[in-house]
This record gives sequence, structure tokens and C-alpha cells, in this order.
Amino acid sequence: MDTSAFSAAWMGLSGRLKSHLPATKSLLVTFFEWFGDLGIFCGRLARSTFVPPYEARELVRQLDEIGTKSLPLVALAGAATGAVLALELRDSLTVFGAKALLPAVIIFSIVKESGPIITGLVVSGRVAAGIGAELGSMKVTEQIDAIEVSAVDPYKFLAATRVLACVLMLPLLTLAADFCGILVGWVTDTLMQPISFRLFLESGLKSVNFNDFLPPTFKTAVFGLIIGLVGCFQGMRTQGGTEGVGRSATNSVVLCSLFIILADVLLVRLILVFFP
Amino acid sequence: MGESERTERPIVIKALHKSFGDQTVLNGIDLAVEQGETLAILGRSGTGKSVLLKLIIGLQEPDSGSIRVHGQEITGLALNELNEVRKKVGFLFQYAALYDSLTVEENVAFPLKRHAALSAEEQKERVRELLSSVGMEQHLEKMPSKISGGMQKRVGLARALALEPDVLLFDEPTAGLDPITAREIGDLILRLQEQRKRACIMVTHDIPNAKTVSDRLALMDGGDILAEGTFKDLQESRNEFVAQFLRNAF
Repeated sequence: MDTSAFSAAWMGLSGRLKSHLPATKSLLVTFFEWFGDLGIFCGRLARSTFVPPYEARELVRQLDEIGTKSLPLVALAGAATGAVLALELRDSLTVFGAKALLPAVIIFSIVKESGPIITGLVVSGRVAAGIGAELGSMKVTEQIDAIEVSAVDPYKFLAATRVLACVLMLPLLTLAADFCGILVGWVTDTLMQPISFRLFLESGLKSVNFNDFLPPTFKTAVFGLIIGLVGCFQGMRTQGGTEGVGRSATNSVVLCSLFIILADVLLVRLILVFFP
Repeated sequence: MGESERTERPIVIKALHKSFGDQTVLNGIDLAVEQGETLAILGRSGTGKSVLLKLIIGLQEPDSGSIRVHGQEITGLALNELNEVRKKVGFLFQYAALYDSLTVEENVAFPLKRHAALSAEEQKERVRELLSSVGMEQHLEKMPSKISGGMQKRVGLARALALEPDVLLFDEPTAGLDPITAREIGDLILRLQEQRKRACIMVTHDIPNAKTVSDRLALMDGGDILAEGTFKDLQESRNEFVAQFLRNAF
């Protein structure tokens, strides 16, 4: 390439970069603004959560709304995961001559990773969208303003109760997903080669200890924190009528799913370090 | 309430400025409302009437200026101090802003549960009394989505009255209602005002209703109060905009 061609190409590239500069700058500003606003939101939420009076009745309502009503979906997702694992792993383990390890692999896989992450993602789909849309709709119809005008802190009444409910319910829902996954994994396995549930559990749980079970289950409390925080944050900053409500619901799900996956990577690494 | 607070006018606003970006919404408003007086604020859409109400209740912060409610400066107050002021001020939102997930009864009980030292029975009785005063005692168990716009306004009014405020703020109380229901809401406000003399500010486009309900009217334009006085004073105003505004209303 001669010098003039190189210079022309460079000019073209720098011109294109310059033309994209304002858009990139605005994107970066929006990105940092979002995290800044989230930080302020978390600070105000933390103050509201720990200062009395507490909204116990609303918390109980949210525990039911977020926990009990998510149970069928989580159970179904856990069951499906158990069935798929049993079907897929049977052939693979047979190839390696390790068919006897099937119960252990199913239980290990569900308890350590599949159960928690499936629960986190399923609940983020149902609950984060619900919180984003509900609070978004309350925001655009001035219901949040009405709460403030009634001298009630909306962070305490709306956000703290939802975030706490998510944190408390996610580990419990994970237990339900784990149980359904293991149960349906056994049913699928026994349909192809009969094995008693007791024998399935005994051979599966032989090498599983509490370090394999408790940290992965309790890490879902962090997923709950992400779902509650992002859903409430997106909902309470909704602008622009019904279109804004839709945007809040969608953004809540997308961001929650993304953050849950990223948090999972970090948490798995931490669990491996602290619970070897 | 202290002696000095009682003697102060309930609402005094001085040199209030508020802008959103480049747009100046309030440009040095001065306003005062006496106890027992109803002031109607009129003006074209987007002239900052609702913003003014939100500044008075502390939902937004002014850029500069002073807002005193019963003698207490509310700009720059901490949240817990602001909440104490809010308990003395009732607010009726443009579309009532009833909580979707609560029944009519629970909506009215919402502030009572948190701020009134009442037993469950007394609280129930108070809610019934409030709903009865707005003609909604038959609809206790209904959800807000199951009642009409006019009924929602009545319930919103009952909720605004729950803590027996000394000051009432109405944001377009008759917006979106048919003329008959709008008249009923106007009559209701008038009746409540006759029963207990509160200081009221009503933002509205409904001039016939404002004429009936209010003691004084203020016409806003361009972030300022263009004219202020009784309906007769406004009718006699030589300002072209005031004359045109009133002419178009009838």
C-alpha cells in the first residue's frame, strides 16, 4: 500500500471514529449514570430497610407473591432439568463405562449448578418483569407519589419488602427445584432401567457433602438480591407512560438474567476457594 | 401545632423558581393562602400548575425561593421532617392515584394505619366515616379498577382527608369527568370546605367549577401569576390574555 492510500484509509477511519464519538460518549455517560443511580438507590434502600417501622404485612404479601406463586414454575423447570440430565447423561456415561455413576452425576449436577442457576433465571423472568412492570405502572400513575404524600417511604414499603422477599425465597425455591430435578431424574432413569429411589439416592448422595449443597443453595440469595434490586430500580425510575412500563419490564428481565449469569461465575469461583 | 404556626398563614410562597433543563416553569412565583380560603390556580396546559403543587408537598425541589407551610420552611427539609409536614397536607391527584392492589377501604386506611394511633375497630369506623362523607360507603370491598373515574376521585378525596389535614391540594379534581360528575365533585369539595375551613389550592382547567368552589383565582402564564383576585376581579381585568382565557372557558 503506498503512502497516499494509507493516508486516505487512515483519514476515512478517523473520520468514521469521529462521527461515532458523540454516540459513544453518550452511551458511556448513560452506562455510568445507570450505575451511579443504582448506587444512590441502594444507599437509600439500605437506610429504609433497617430503620423502623417495618412493613411486616407487606413483606408477608411479597413472600407469597414472589415465593409461593413462583413455586409451580420453578418445580417444573427443575423437573425438566432432571429429566434432560438423565436422558443425556445415560448415553454419555455408557460410552465411558461409567453408567453406575449416573445417580451421582445427576444429583451433583442439579445440586451444585443446574438447580440454582435454573431457579435464578426462571424467577428473574417471572418476578423481575413483574416488579419492573408493577412499580413502573405505579410510577406513571402517580401511585408512588401518593405513597410519599401519605408520609410513607416508598423505598421501605415497595422496594425493601420486595428485595427482602426475593433474598429469602430464592434459596427455598432452589430447594424445591433441586428436589423436583432429582425426583424426575430418578423417574426418567428408572423408566429405562428400574432402580429404587432409595438406591438412587444412596448411590447419588454417597459422595455429596454439605459443602457441595449449602453454598450453591445459599448463593441464590445473591440472585434474589439482584432480581429485587434491579426490578425495583428499573420500576421506580420508569418514565414515559405505558411504553416506559414495557421498557422497564423488559430491561428488568434482560439485566437480571445477565447479572445473574455474571454473578454465578464469580460466586462459583468464590465457593471453590472458600469451600474446596 | 404551636401558637406561631397557628397565626401564620397556612401557605406562603415567595420568589419560587423551577426549571427543567432550559425550560423555565416557575419564574419567581409569590402566593399566599389564608386559613379557610380556597385558591383556584388556572392556566394553559404546561404552565407549571401541577409542578407548583408538587413543590408545595415536597415531591420536587425548587431551584430557589421559599415555601412555608404553617410557618415551616419546607425547602431543604430532611425526609422525616418533611413527612411531618406532609401529614398536615392532603393531596388529591389528577387521576386519584389509588393503589391498584388495595381495596377502596384499604386505600383510605393506608395513611391511618401508619400515622394514626387508632385501634383496628376505630380505624375501621374512621374509614367508614370518611367514605360516607364522600358518598362511597357502599363500595368498601371494591378494587379501584372496578369503580368509575368519579368514584375514584371521591375515594382519593377520602384518603386525602384521612389524617385531618389543615391544607388541601387538588390537582385537576374534575379532569376527565363528565360535566355532571365534575359538578358533583365540585359540590363535594365545597361542602367539605364549609364543614371544616381548610386552606385549599385547586389547580384546574374547569373554570365554572373554579368559580363555584374558590374564593380567589390566580391565572398563571409563562411561569408567572398574571392576574389574581375574585372571579369578578378577573372578569374586569384589562389584560388581553385573562379576557381571552375566561371568554374561551364559557
